[in-house]
Amino acid sequence: MNALRTGVVTTRYPSEPSVPPDRFRGAPVLRPGSQMPPPAVCPVGALSERVDVGGRHVALDLARCVFCGRCAEDPWAGAIAMGRDFELAARSRDDLRIEVVADDPTVPTVGPAPNPVAEAASASSEIHRVLGRSLHLRHLDAGSCNACDWELAALLNPVYDVRRLGIDFVASPRHADGVVVTGPVTRNLETAVRRTVEAVPDPRIVIAVGACAASGGIVGEGYASAGGVDRVLPVDVYIPGCPPRPEAILFGILVALGRLDTRRLPREA
Amino acid sequence: MADPGLTDALRACVVGSAVAGVGPRPSDLTVRLGDPADLPAAAAVLIGPHAMALATVVATDETAMPEGDLKVRYVFEPTAPGDGAKVDRFVTLLISVDAARPEVPSLTIAVPAANWHEREMQDLFGIVPVGHPDPRTLVVHDGWPQGVFPLRKAFDGSRRVPVEPANEFPHLVAEGEGVFEIPVGPIHAGIIEPGHFRFTSVGETVLHLDVRLFYTHRGLEKRMEGLSPLDAFYVAERICGVCSVAHGLGYCEALEQIAGVDIPPRARLIRSIALELERLYNHVGDIGNMCAGAAFHYGTATGMRLKEHLQQMNEQLAGNRFLRGLLVPGGARLDLSDDLLRALHATLQETLAGLDNLMGRIEANPSVVDRLDDTGVLRHQAALDLAVAGVAARASGVDRDARRDHPHGAFAGPTPPDLHVVTESEGDAMARMTVRALEARESIRLVGEFVRRLEPGPLSVALAEPLPGRRIGISAIESPRGEAVHWLRTDAGGHVDRYHLRSPSYHNWPAVALAAETAIVPDFPLVNKSFELCYSCTDR
Repeated sequence: MNALRTGVVTTRYPSEPSVPPDRFRGAPVLRPGSQMPPPAVCPVGALSERVDVGGRHVALDLARCVFCGRCAEDPWAGAIAMGRDFELAARSRDDLRIEVVADDPTVPTVGPAPNPVAEAASASSEIHRVLGRSLHLRHLDAGSCNACDWELAALLNPVYDVRRLGIDFVASPRHADGVVVTGPVTRNLETAVRRTVEAVPDPRIVIAVGACAASGGIVGEGYASAGGVDRVLPVDVYIPGCPPRPEAILFGILVALGRLDTRRLPREA
Repeated sequence: MADPGLTDALRACVVGSAVAGVGPRPSDLTVRLGDPADLPAAAAVLIGPHAMALATVVATDETAMPEGDLKVRYVFEPTAPGDGAKVDRFVTLLISVDAARPEVPSLTIAVPAANWHEREMQDLFGIVPVGHPDPRTLVVHDGWPQGVFPLRKAFDGSRRVPVEPANEFPHLVAEGEGVFEIPVGPIHAGIIEPGHFRFTSVGETVLHLDVRLFYTHRGLEKRMEGLSPLDAFYVAERICGVCSVAHGLGYCEALEQIAGVDIPPRARLIRSIALELERLYNHVGDIGNMCAGAAFHYGTATGMRLKEHLQQMNEQLAGNRFLRGLLVPGGARLDLSDDLLRALHATLQETLAGLDNLMGRIEANPSVVDRLDDTGVLRHQAALDLAVAGVAARASGVDRDARRDHPHGAFAGPTPPDLHVVTESEGDAMARMTVRALEARESIRLVGEFVRRLEPGPLSVALAEPLPGRRIGISAIESPRGEAVHWLRTDAGGHVDRYHLRSPSYHNWPAVALAAETAIVPDFPLVNKSFELCYSCTDR
């Protein structure tokens, strides 16, 4: 009876778009022509600049970005604005790079990923067309602050309920098609991370969730941290965010699904 | 504030010199002991007749400074029952350690809460606690090179350290006929953080639990050294996901002490609203997770749904579901408009109704109550000995709450609101659930109170640049898990020289091991969830 009173709380994402609230800080939008912030403004070193053809090039690495919004504060608010796009997952670090010529608005912005929306749509249809079965993932905490972990756990709550899409989290790597890794891979977990991933049957997908896993994030490289999952293992999909909201993680998993399909082909042939 | 009684008692118990001074804050006392051998006697005076508890231990490498030594600060705080007469004070015992022969007398036998602190400084600074009953490594794991101490200033923390061949870690286990070991972790079966639990049991009964943590040690304290105070804030805010507001606020308060600024009333209120919202979504989610431990799936799903609703509200307020980005050193970064406050009010009313309904169903369900009653008991004296914090302490009858004992946020204003500190006496899982439910209701009431007090005004003040050098700031914040103690010192240029966080989970993990020993192995997930501690802010 109580369940009936509560009604359906589950989101329709991804079949219907999700619009984050006004204050949500998603992918920064760079507007050349205004005063671009110096790289030192960024607390994680996601901003960089170089002098090349056309003048001063400013680049932003979404894999590293913790979406704090400091580069979009005064006096640089005209140059950088925090957008609301959260569907940022990409298959390569290079696709997460945004670059502009600081003083020349006529030069088009390079990046980020070519067309993630179309990519997700095709991956989504892949679930129904090719797999027709569930994707089982194992979570692997490689030294996260637990924010990404809680967002992964949120995917199982009644609002996101990823099981409706045939996605689930399993207890053993032996039962998994892939792993979702959070954290920068700490020294104390490096062995456990390698062994867990090796225990997943091949072919497998590795998804780096959040800035720490994707690039080292706020932790970076150090005596206790490898500085990102791809320093230790090949990564198939990078999901930016600090942490990525649950729907951003879901989007990344859908992007990854396309990859599983292409990897499977040689074996079947 | 001078306390002649305490200072005299300390002078009377030592053989060497004891030089007392005010600091770091005007209400605090720092006593420098000339002879480190006097440390156990001085600590005994504070713990015994003065009923204090260990708050934190901070080691620093000062070999490049005029005295050329290492220093250790043992910080204590009062624990007397909350009769309103309690003073917001920290008492620091400061000793100098010879860098050539870094040894200090261990306090662990007399002050059990010092256990992990001493093992940590042995790992990170090479300061040996002589007489420690369990001097195994804690923070650095297998294959860490001998004689390398990452928090020494001469150590370059920016590069990876190669793993050297190592023997298996010597777990503390019970032995005997019919006794067997159960290794669990570090990678667990659910979406949770990593740690290793080594049970020894006879049948289902747990004889001993050896907890090994620090798998998520990221070297964040080293990472913050040398950063500008603002850059370091973004690290502090990300030490722990579910304590983002609490740790961000603790860092800010320590920093603002150093800067000598007083933040505007509106910012204080916004900070406290954020802190209570953090407590609320954690407590509600934790009640749901305890239902998972007791196999009550309706409760689990309801807890998750209520928590999700609150985190969506967080995203509306702060642009981040963990409320990151709402605070900034000097005040609040985002204002709360009337529209947002109306949406917040509606969300909180729905949460209150949902929580009351959920608790009614839990209490009316004998199979759940039976699982929670008498499970994972933490005795009152054990909670005191280990300086346990937060929900776990209060559920064992220890009346501590940093919002009252070390006022911060809106509680530090001229007319702090009333705070009802909830305590229970049983110390079992049911008591911890009850404390959470009552505190969640108190948080909802407090947010309403803070919102009513909001007056138009500035959101932040500017901090001097550079900050004053060689100053210490200390703060204690009641996070969702309990009191977190932040210690910050600037270098000569006003950058971060040393930052140390003692999270509530740091003191509470050893209590989980004790409580588990009153339970059976299959109840461990429930016992663990009833404490619901963070690994990441313990490991840093």
